[in-house]
Amino acid sequence: MYEWDFSPVLAEGGFLLVGFRNTLILTATALSGGLVVGLLLAFARLSHRRWLTVPAGIVIEVFRTTPPLVQLFWFYFGLPIVLSIEMTPFLAASLTFMIQSGAFFAEIFRAGIVSIEKGQWEAAKAIGMTYNQCMRRVILPQAVKRMFPSMMERSIELMKTTTLVATVSYADLLFQANELAQKTFRPLEVFTIVALIYFVSISFISFLASRMERRFAKSGEFTP
Amino acid sequence: MNAPVLRLSGFGKHFGSLNVFSDVDLDVMAGDRIAILGASGSGKSTLLRCINVLETPSEGRLEIDGDLVGEPSRSGDMRFSERELCALRQRVGMVFQQFNLFPHMTVAGNVAEGLKTVRGVRSQKALERAVAELKRVGLADKAESFPSRLSGGQKQRVAIARALAMDPEILLFDEPTSALDPALVGEVLGVIEQLANEGRTMLLVTHEIGFAYHFATRILFLAEGGIYESGTPDEVLKNPQRPITQQFLAEHRRFQF
Repeated sequence: MYEWDFSPVLAEGGFLLVGFRNTLILTATALSGGLVVGLLLAFARLSHRRWLTVPAGIVIEVFRTTPPLVQLFWFYFGLPIVLSIEMTPFLAASLTFMIQSGAFFAEIFRAGIVSIEKGQWEAAKAIGMTYNQCMRRVILPQAVKRMFPSMMERSIELMKTTTLVATVSYADLLFQANELAQKTFRPLEVFTIVALIYFVSISFISFLASRMERRFAKSGEFTP
Repeated sequence: MNAPVLRLSGFGKHFGSLNVFSDVDLDVMAGDRIAILGASGSGKSTLLRCINVLETPSEGRLEIDGDLVGEPSRSGDMRFSERELCALRQRVGMVFQQFNLFPHMTVAGNVAEGLKTVRGVRSQKALERAVAELKRVGLADKAESFPSRLSGGQKQRVAIARALAMDPEILLFDEPTSALDPALVGEVLGVIEQLANEGRTMLLVTHEIGFAYHFATRILFLAEGGIYESGTPDEVLKNPQRPITQQFLAEHRRFQF
């Protein structure tokens, strides 16, 4: 029977905390950048100009269909060789996950935007709004409410995908856990605690998200 | 002689080879109230929607207060710049069959939206104006509600207030009561009648022939891809001259009591 002993791991708890902080920083950076990239890609894909829709479509499809680990290696190991662009692990990881999650967000945004009834566009135009004003004031606020659940899902997915940065030596939670496991010879305990940290923080985010969803439902917009 | 508020000449719309209407000539003077009647598919809604270019007209001239809007293009439909469309639509308000209120804004927010976003009026001022417009349609007490809480008739009255807030020179009504329970039709027609009494210039597409008779200063009957018969309500509705108009009105009278 295996004897669990968490004390050596807990004694080095600060080590994991540093990793957790780095994971949060990377996730937040990739997420906020990803939302912007996603929105821009969605607008480009919805545009009537072929020179925008085609490249946007290619970026979205390439990043949706290739493994994130490979993408990370392109940015971190590939770019220095091909274009002599050197990046820190953090920068490479941020960029990768920004574009990668942006590709997914773009499809969520696009689906949300097209799901808004034609009558909303017409009503907004009929009081003299420009395309951009319609989008900003009438279409996006409603679309975001509809997209919110899938966006949360994607964000949680992103937080877990960031564990891949351990492979390029960025000191995220998983990387730190690996180090600690080797130091304490207690891998089972270390990774159990890591799983627990992910479980608690993601559950907490989900809880906040579902509360927000209920608030959205209350503020007028009917939910079918 | 005053210039017409709206002038259409040689106005036409076709989708590919399908001709919806063509060669429409129409002068609308200030204070005119024009009811547009016709069978479904006769192009009456399309004609209305071409006037504020929610549907892009294919040919002809569209003048508002003497200002020519849009230009012909060799490839299919006419061309309009976004700037002239926004200016045109502020002068030509529209009320839809399906209301199309913005569900994420309060009633007052809906009415104030055009002033705030399009005209750049300060939020506080725009809301004051919105409440004033809501008073005119009898819904000032609903200012803080969301549209989902309103009945169909109330929604349509809010939509009218939203159009009025922009001070349009012309109001277009696209079957404003067709989506309503019969019991709610009256309150909306009442508001439109009140606007008529204020001397507003309006074009109304409707199936309510009785209302058209009382409301309109002029009736346009559309058929065969154009204005088939037009005149005063008495001329067109009491004494129609052409066969399709006669048949259309006879159909409508069949179940009268």
